[in-house]
Formats: sequence, C-alpha cells, structure tokens
Amino acid sequence: MAQDDHSGAELAAADSSHAANVPAVKTGTALIQADAFENPGFPPHRPRVTDEDPKKERRAQRTVYTLFYLSILGSVWAIAAYMLFPIESNDVGAVRLNNMFIGLGATLALLGIGFGAVHWAKALMEDVELADERHKIGGNEVARAGAVKVFQDADRESGFTRRSVIRNSLIGALVVFPLPAIVLFRGWAPQDEHPVELLSHTMWQKGTRLALDPSGAPIKAADVTIGSAFHVIPEGLNDLEHGRLEQKAKAAVLLMRLNPEDLNENVNRTSWSYNGIVAYSKICTHVGCPVALYEQHTHHLLCPCHQSQFDVADHCKVIFGPAKRPLPQLPIAVDDEGYLIAQSDFTEPVGPSFWERH
Amino acid sequence: MSTATPTAPQRRSATAAASNYIDERTSLSVFVKELGRKAFPDHWSFLLGEVALFSFVVVLITGTFLTFFFQASMAEVEYDGSYVPLKGVEMSVAMASTLDISFDIRGGLFVRQMHHWGALLFVAAIGLHMLRVFFTGAFRKPRELNWVIGFTMFILAMGEGFTGYSLPDDLLSGNGLRIIDGMIKGIPLIGTWTSFLLFGGEFPGTAIVGRLYSLHILLLPALLVALVAVHLLFVVVHKHTHYAAPGRTQQNAVGPPILPIYAAKAGGFFFIVFGVLALIASMFTINPIWNYGPYDPSPVSAGTQPDWYIGFADGALRLIPPGWEFVWLDRTWSFNILVPLIALGLFILLVVSYPFIEAFVTGDKREHHIADRPRNAPTRTAIGAAGVTFYAGLWAAASSDILATHFRLTMEGVIHALQAVVLIGPFIAYFIAKRVCLALQKKDREIVLHGYESGRIVKLPGGEFIEVHQPLDEYDRWKLVSYETNQPLMLRPNDRGKITVAQKIRAGMSRWFFEDRIAPVTKGELEASHHSSQH
Ligand code: FES
Repeated sequence: MAQDDHSGAELAAADSSHAANVPAVKTGTALIQADAFENPGFPPHRPRVTDEDPKKERRAQRTVYTLFYLSILGSVWAIAAYMLFPIESNDVGAVRLNNMFIGLGATLALLGIGFGAVHWAKALMEDVELADERHKIGGNEVARAGAVKVFQDADRESGFTRRSVIRNSLIGALVVFPLPAIVLFRGWAPQDEHPVELLSHTMWQKGTRLALDPSGAPIKAADVTIGSAFHVIPEGLNDLEHGRLEQKAKAAVLLMRLNPEDLNENVNRTSWSYNGIVAYSKICTHVGCPVALYEQHTHHLLCPCHQSQFDVADHCKVIFGPAKRPLPQLPIAVDDEGYLIAQSDFTEPVGPSFWERH
Repeated sequence: MSTATPTAPQRRSATAAASNYIDERTSLSVFVKELGRKAFPDHWSFLLGEVALFSFVVVLITGTFLTFFFQASMAEVEYDGSYVPLKGVEMSVAMASTLDISFDIRGGLFVRQMHHWGALLFVAAIGLHMLRVFFTGAFRKPRELNWVIGFTMFILAMGEGFTGYSLPDDLLSGNGLRIIDGMIKGIPLIGTWTSFLLFGGEFPGTAIVGRLYSLHILLLPALLVALVAVHLLFVVVHKHTHYAAPGRTQQNAVGPPILPIYAAKAGGFFFIVFGVLALIASMFTINPIWNYGPYDPSPVSAGTQPDWYIGFADGALRLIPPGWEFVWLDRTWSFNILVPLIALGLFILLVVSYPFIEAFVTGDKREHHIADRPRNAPTRTAIGAAGVTFYAGLWAAASSDILATHFRLTMEGVIHALQAVVLIGPFIAYFIAKRVCLALQKKDREIVLHGYESGRIVKLPGGEFIEVHQPLDEYDRWKLVSYETNQPLMLRPNDRGKITVAQKIRAGMSRWFFEDRIAPVTKGELEASHHSSQH
C-alpha cells in the first residue's frame, strides 16, 4: 500500500504530476499539496517568421543552400591546399601554412554542412512538436512472473540448487581458474631482477668521475667557482649500450659550490664535500622530478613539479612543499689529476619513497 | 515498404526496392517505425552530452589516422626528419614518428592537433554534462545507473587522455610518467612491484609506451564505445528528461520528432563540433613536442602544465604540507601521496553514489522525468557547489607556481590560500549557494503572487505612488509553481515498535536536506493574495 513518510496515511490522489506512479509507488518525504496548481496544458502554437512571411522563407532557403555550397568550396579548398602547400624540407613555416590552409578548408567544409543542416531544421522544417507517452520502466507483473518462472524451471531442470556439491565445485573452479592469468603478469618485468635491489644502487662507485650533463666531460674541482651550479652525470653514462636513461634517472646529480662558511655541515659528513663543493641527487624525494632550479643567493633548490624546496646549505633539508626527505648527498673527493670523483655510491636510495625503503 | 507484396507488381522506385531488400533481411522497418517519430526533448543544456559524444567520434576518426603513422616503440634512433633543430638527436622511435606526423606528412599536424584538442573537449564536455545532470536532478530514478555509467566514462576518458599524452615520449610526457611512477611507488605493500611490472623493469624502461598504446587504442576505446552504446540505449529506454513547462508532465516526453528535425539538428551539430575542432586545430598549436625534445630524466621543466583534466590530481599532490611521510614497522608510509589518493578516491565515490544517497534520504520511489530547476533543490545545488569548489581549488593548485609568479605572490602564500580554498571553500560555497537558491525561490513566489514588476509607476488618487505589477498568465506561472518540496522525515517506530539506526541516520540527513525549504505557491495562496490586494 502506498504510504508517505510523514503520516503513514494513504496518499491523496492529488499528485497529478505523478499520476501513473500512484498509488503503487512510495513518494517518500515528498510533500504533495492538495491545493497545487494544475498543469495548464500546451500553450497555443506560435508560428515562426518563416512560416508567415514567404520572403523570409525564401531567404532562409537561400542561406541553407549557400552554406552547403560553401561546404563544397571548403572541401575543394582543402584538397587544393594539400597540393599547393607542400612541406618543404627544413621549413617550419611551410608546415604552419600547410596546417592552416588544409585546416581552414576542412573547417569551412564541416561548418557549412553543420550550420546548413541546423538552420534547415530550425527555420524551414515543419515546426512539429510531439508528445510521446512515457511508460513505467520495468516489465509488468506478467512479464516478471514469467521471468521468475523461467529461472525456476531452469533451476529445477539443471538441479543447480538441489545438486549443491556440483554447484559449489563449479564455483570453486571458476574462482581459481583466473589465477594462472594473474601469475603471467609477473612476466611484465624481467624475472631475474628485484625492484628493491635495483632502486638501492646507482651507477656511482668509488672513483667515478663527475661529468657534465649532457656532454659527459669530466669536471675539474678548480673549474667550479663559488656560486656556480652544474648538472652532473657519472662519467661513462653516455657510453652505456643499454639502460642509459634508467641509470640517468637515478644517478643525475647537482653540483654546487658555496662559500664554505655558508655550509652548515653535519660533523660526520664534513668529508663528503670539497672546498665548499657539494653534490646532491637531482631526483626529487617526492615523486621523482628533476630538482633543477637553483637559487644562488638563498642556496635553495626548487622542484618544478610540486614546488618542494630544499636548502643546500643545510644538507638539502626540505623547507617547503610535499617532499619529506632531504635530497641524498653524494660524497665527493678529488683525484690526483684534480678531477672531482665520487667517494662511493649514494648511501641511501635516491628518488621517490617506496614501501620497502627504510 | 511492408505493403509491397509479391502480388502487387507496381513499379517501385530504387529507394523503395533497396529499403524492401534490407527490411526483408533485417526487420529494420520495425525499428524505424518504433523510433523514427519519437519525440526528443530539446534544450541547449542537453547539447553538452552531444558535444561529448561528437568529440569522441572526432577523436576516434583522427586517432585512427594517427595509428597509421605512429610507432609505439621506445627503441633509440637518431632523428633524421625535417625538423632541423632536432636533427641527429637520439630519441625513441615513438617520438621520431610523432615528429614525422607533424613535419613530414601533409595535414599530419592538423590531424594530430585535432586529436589532442578533441580529447580536451571530450573530457570537458563530459564534465559539463555531468554538472548539468547533477544540478537538474536528472540522475533520479530511473536514471541512477546511467549516472554511474556516465561517470565511469568520465574516468575512462581521463585514462584515455593520460595514456595518449604519454605516447609521444617527449620531455613532458616522460615527466608525467615519472610522477605517476613516483605515486605508484608510494602506495603501501604493492607500490614498488606495481611500478616495476608496469614499466617492465626500472623507470623509464623500454616497455611503457607500447603498453600504454595497447590501452590507448584498444582496451579503453573498446570499453568507451561499449559504454556509450549502453548509455544511449538507456536514453532510449528512459526517454529524455524535459524541463517543466506547460503541457509537459511526468507521463510524456515533448519535443520535435527524431525524424526529421532532431536528426537534422543533431547531425548538423556533429558537423559543427567537428568544424570547430578543425578550426582550433588549424589555428592553435597544441603540445609542440619539438620544443620540449625527447625524454631525459634530468632537464628542468619549470612552468609546464599537464593537460587540464589531470590538474586536480597534480594540485592535490602540491597541497600536502611538508613532512607527511613516516617510517613505521620498518616500512615507508608516504602519506604525502596516500592522502591525495584517498581524498580523491573518496570524492569520486561520493560523486558516483550521490543518486543513491539522495534516494535514501527522500525515500522517493517514483520515476522522475521532469528535470529540476537547480534553485528548487537548494541542498543538492549547494552540495554541488561545494563539490565544484573543492575540485576547482585542487585544479588551481596545479598552477600554483604560475599563480605565484604571475601575481607576484610567494609560493607559500599561494599554497596556503589554496589549502584554505580546498578545506574551507566548500563550506562557504555550500552556504552561499543554498542561500541564493532560497532567495531565488522566494522571488519566484513573489512573482507568482504579485506579478512581474512592470516598471510603470502610477500615482494613486490619494497621492501615493505605486509600481504596477503585471500578473502572470497561467503558462508562465506553471514554470514557477511546478515543483515539489520535501518535509524532513519524522522518526516513527516501525512495525515492531523499534527505531532502527538506519532510520535515525535517514532522519538526520533528511533534516539536513529539507529543514530549509520554500514551498511553491498554491491556488489558495494566490487567491488569498488577490483578495488582500484588493483592499
Ligand atoms: S616531484 Fe618534486 S615536489 Fe613533487
């Protein structure tokens, strides 16, 4: 029985706007006013100017076919432009022209059809408005009862409910059968590698020279003036046959020289720098963008992706932004020829945090 | 067609013969008869969904063209195409073939730009369409499932966008993947391995572009096409909603017939959408990968922006305060990544389930085919405004650096302001929107009771000035009075004399939704006001 949620009383049949739903359907908390206005029905039809004025009608007709002819013109234009504006090698300007003229021709071709058709529909096609009856969604009682009976018959004939051992074993099999497919996904990455292992090491080793990115030329300590910053890669990176980008994504380093008094060094890391020259991982500890904006007078590094800021004078501690950990420091020294070298690999994994990191 | 029988040897036109041929093999006439003259309600806001559908078609067409030239391989080559500044540069085959599409194939750049602009429009149109459906309550019974399907398509469309953005393997797309990689790694337990498997080893690896390509041109579009079909099938089953107007009821669908007017308008509109995308693509460069160069994990890329629809996620990452990462139980817990992921997940869940929440609160089991005016559902509209503010705050945060440099503010200031927008803004927006709705409803009541202000001032015999009010005719009035309000639920014990927890929750929510309400004018009220004004 239909009830509303206020009084539990039966619904008044006054809800003319939902009559088809009443009285079988709950109206919930909707407040149905007995005294509501009734739908006045369709207002009288108002003719358009093109219905009344033959001149306007002819004008509309002219507009529509002109638009369609313009469309043809546009298509021809686009074809002509394809031939007339070849892309000359080495000329970006030609690419622009080709792009623009083919594009404008196609635009005209498409818009001509589009506006023509819409105008035809709006101004000239008979202004018919229909009112279709809506029917309640969902089958009627007979259909539903029929569907229920189909399932019951199917159940009885197959014994799906009765033969529960068969059914349950089938369900079991269906649950287990996709598992091999999941296992196959292990093959998405090499079988003999382990991500935690890989993430924990970079190309830097004891004695690897610091080289300029991208040229690969080694850097002499004497060439690093106070206030300068260098983008650095390990020497030999560019000669790698495989995995150059993978190595670079971990080994990229920023080299800066500060006034040694400005450096606020941790006692057990004083040997990691050389004459105010310090090297830090360039890979952001947030989600891994290159932290490459160096503000010389504040000694701050800024990550362009989410604006984490690191203080180089203070072991690249995070001073703002979503990153948590300082950028890892690469311990450096100078070899006999005066080139900067790494004392070892980084002492912790570089880049974004991961679950197994600690 | 069906009247032609073998015993009637009249001459038939070629069209009739062809129709007959097809019908005898397909029963197509049944569909034409059934659907051809269906009334299709018409309103500008109903076009948003069409924009989405049509831009999707454009993206499919242009995308197919691009697949004939694009090569989804990350093998390294030395670029040897027409674009001189990059000649001799090492890059992946994917990047090189994208450059070839842009510089060596006539019209290639045009199609590529149309594809990209079309994709941006596709996602935007879905978003606007969803806002229309939300604010007019068009998600109510029987359309709840279509809301869920539509929302799923919104997510898939963003997936399409992101996978497509990554394919050229240029500096920006690589950087985008870098961020995704970092985010995945931050997920507890499965993150490290998920990233490792996805990238086929260490980032960036040589597999990801090919894998995303499979998703981009096969899996995601197949799902989208299937869901579009179901979505439209539901529109046929439910018939389109219409706005309240004289003659339109819950039992009818009023509009021009599908054939010919609706078909002509919608068909024409497809060409307009296509044409506008062609115009934009021929005039405005998008994603000039030749300026960015191939992916390299090291160069700077300040001030670059992701495609607009990714902005909210990127913004969410930026708004996390420093220090939200801990080592606990010997494992790293990256709340600076988890919190945005969970917050966005909850937001998405809330949006998807809104139709069911509202149905639970109202307990209304009727079908609703008349779309609400937003003001007539103040709480829903206010909730929508809050959601939009939350999204907008996140979205603006994705441009925090640009905001800061452009308006000469500090980075910190912008971030703190946007944190406030995201956390407090929704409440303010909720409050304002609700008050505005109620005020508009009051104004509607005024108009119904006293007519429009005509702007004409007359002097009464007593020397008093009054403005003449123009009464409404019954048709205009109907638009302002044809809505329903709800009353907050009164808690009553059920058959077994108990008040359940669910009932209590429902009553609380019902109070929240419907405490403030303004009922439409009734006949009696109008009469009473006429009487009183005559004195
Ligand atoms: S990646 Fe550096 S702040 Fe997000």
